[in-house]
Amino acid sequence: MAATILHGVGATTALSSINYNNSRRSLPERKRTSLVIQCDGSLSSGLNISNNRGAKLSTNAVAQTKQENVTASTTSKPGLRHELLLFEALREGLEEEMERDPHVCVMGEDVGHYGGSYKVTKGLADKYGDLRVLDTPIAENSFTGMGIGAAMTGLRPIVEGMNMGFLLLAFNQISNNCGMLHYTSGGQFKIPIVIRGPGGVGRQLGAEHSQRLESYFQSIPGIQMVACSTPYNAKGLMKAAIRSDNPVILFEHVLLYNLKERIPDEEYVLSLEEAEMVRPGKHVTVLTYSRMRYHVMQAAKTLVNKGYDPEVIDIRSLKPFDLHTIGNSVKKTHHVLIVEECMRTGGIGASLTASINEHFHDYLDAPIVCLSSQDVPTPYAGALEEWTVVQPAQIVAAVEQLCQ
Amino acid sequence: MAQLTHRASALHKSIPAVLFAARGLATASTSPITVETSLPFTGHKIDPPSRSVETSSQELLTFFRDMALMRRMEIAADSLYKAKLIRGFCHLYDGQEAVCVGMEAAINKKDCIITAYRDHCIFLGRGGTLLEAFAELMGRKSGCSKGKGGSMHFYKKEGGFYGGHGIVGAQVPLGCGLAFAQKYSKDESVTFAMYGDGAANQGQLFEALNMAALWDLPAILVCENNHYGMGTAEWRAAKSPAYYKRGDYVPGLKVDGMDVLAVKQACKFAKEHALKNGPIILEMDTYRYHGHSMSDPGSTYRTRDEISGVRQERDPIERVRKLILTHDIATEKELKDTEKEVRKEVDEAIAQAKESPMPDPSELFTNVYVKGLGTESFGADRKELRTVLP
Repeated sequence: MAATILHGVGATTALSSINYNNSRRSLPERKRTSLVIQCDGSLSSGLNISNNRGAKLSTNAVAQTKQENVTASTTSKPGLRHELLLFEALREGLEEEMERDPHVCVMGEDVGHYGGSYKVTKGLADKYGDLRVLDTPIAENSFTGMGIGAAMTGLRPIVEGMNMGFLLLAFNQISNNCGMLHYTSGGQFKIPIVIRGPGGVGRQLGAEHSQRLESYFQSIPGIQMVACSTPYNAKGLMKAAIRSDNPVILFEHVLLYNLKERIPDEEYVLSLEEAEMVRPGKHVTVLTYSRMRYHVMQAAKTLVNKGYDPEVIDIRSLKPFDLHTIGNSVKKTHHVLIVEECMRTGGIGASLTASINEHFHDYLDAPIVCLSSQDVPTPYAGALEEWTVVQPAQIVAAVEQLCQ
Repeated sequence: MAQLTHRASALHKSIPAVLFAARGLATASTSPITVETSLPFTGHKIDPPSRSVETSSQELLTFFRDMALMRRMEIAADSLYKAKLIRGFCHLYDGQEAVCVGMEAAINKKDCIITAYRDHCIFLGRGGTLLEAFAELMGRKSGCSKGKGGSMHFYKKEGGFYGGHGIVGAQVPLGCGLAFAQKYSKDESVTFAMYGDGAANQGQLFEALNMAALWDLPAILVCENNHYGMGTAEWRAAKSPAYYKRGDYVPGLKVDGMDVLAVKQACKFAKEHALKNGPIILEMDTYRYHGHSMSDPGSTYRTRDEISGVRQERDPIERVRKLILTHDIATEKELKDTEKEVRKEVDEAIAQAKESPMPDPSELFTNVYVKGLGTESFGADRKELRTVLP
């Protein structure tokens, strides 16, 4: 199959696809070509990726055995563990917090009797009653407003958006009331609300159900944003978000709900503002979050075999950025690659790029490369959908180019 | 009932007490006087309460003083705005005082009130002081929101006043959330979510009403119908200006909002209803003398005759004054003295507010987040803007 590759700015993409070994995806085997879409939108053929790596070649790069299984990479903790899926981890965290504090309540569409469209609240309504796990009508603007009003009096509601995209309807409430009330009331009211829901590009769900809205919410003052990516950090971040007195938006991903991992039996709460070191390294800092973490780890395997030693950090905290961890990493590696699923224009990567440039400019040996989703509505067709998000081969190519 | 007189200023005037003592106990008594409201109530899917309201001479005097204080405060705010000491938006409540004073008479501090941006007087009614109000309007540190909120963001947590919101209609879902929390904690109190005739056309109102009715939340939606949504008359914005009927399955009551006793009766009735049966809508037929805000002269969309007509026939303070004089509770001179006293209080508060300091520049970054989880990394609420790696 001859892939037509058009060079130059403004060229339309050619439809090639990538072969990758991902046990969860069931795409048929395709011809192996690679097409690199650079973050300025121009195309270049990846067919002849040259090997001028120069002094960056590290003969000691060994694939970390922890990273073999794509399901999880957690720091090993002693003690008993149990295995569960990500949505079960979220539910466990939620249930533990509801048990601990009677002010915690859940509201959202189909969270009660139906158990949640992604089963995150399954069984909770039977246990805690209809008022505490509240099935709302389809009125995002008002039930988010209701949650905020309830939070003003001291309740700790968790508002579930069935899909993050639906929360656009509640944007006024989230921006004006949720984020700003603590400030405009001079500190009198605090809003300990958690707004959570799945977002991201799924499996051919169509444009309106495949949105990445982190970029829209990131400039609202007064809120915190976190993105979970593994069952371990999902439970920890859920608990931390519920206990936090600030409004927190917890971004989950539609395709990550069935991740399996062994998590500790004992109770743990993670920090909302900290990033997670997934794989230490010394050649390049790769910053990522949510589902792209897995694409990065897959690319990391390839990179390690090629002799690179990437340091992978799951930033987790989208607002505020954990510039401490990131800064230490930049100081070590001097190269930064950001891989995200958010939109190119005004996305989290764009903000992170600006932030790192502002604070750590002196430590950088090369400009920051940011790989994000294309600025298009997510198409329905499978192949097109794949090209909307960053694929592992693009990550590999970007690292190679960066580390030349 | 007498909360305003206690909290209004540090200088506690005792002249009214002296007057009462001179006249004997009969005048300042709490013995009931029954007054008929000016108009009957109109009900929608509910039997309206009776027109006869029980009050007392003490209550009437309190009403007079409170409303006079609010009127004076709003007029003083008008001059301060023109003197450029208050900037931005300033929405004045004069003409509508009866709504907030009558409401306060029917409820306690555990009940919650939430309203839109015409909130200065409701703040006073809930226990706010004149100093806090003027300081906030002038952007000083001793304002109720530390100078960071402004005219549209007055809040008083201890008084059960939840604001103070700039976006039209957004406070009604918040109000239903307050009612939800009250139902959740089973504390037998209600929420009054106030909005205007302009906001009555917002979709989120109906969404919130649906949910409140679905779960029997103790929410009372109060439409302060001053007949103009900024510059648009209600007949030009609403197909059905019978706002009390808009709830459809939710009962409603239309009240003469310029009659403080009618408002008191309606709110008492609504509270009893909401605690047992869920939401109810109250439409207060009221009027504002000023324009929508200080930047609106208020005369381009209505005639000066209309404004002065309402002022002559329906002014809430005049109505109470007539009641007091007819029932021989106080003399004309005593009421004039009360007004002078109130004026002095307001002037003193303004003088004190003018002296109070501006907020510190470091206050720009405080209260964006609440600290509390214990683990802090580099955060946005720091005063340093650059990170220094260790």
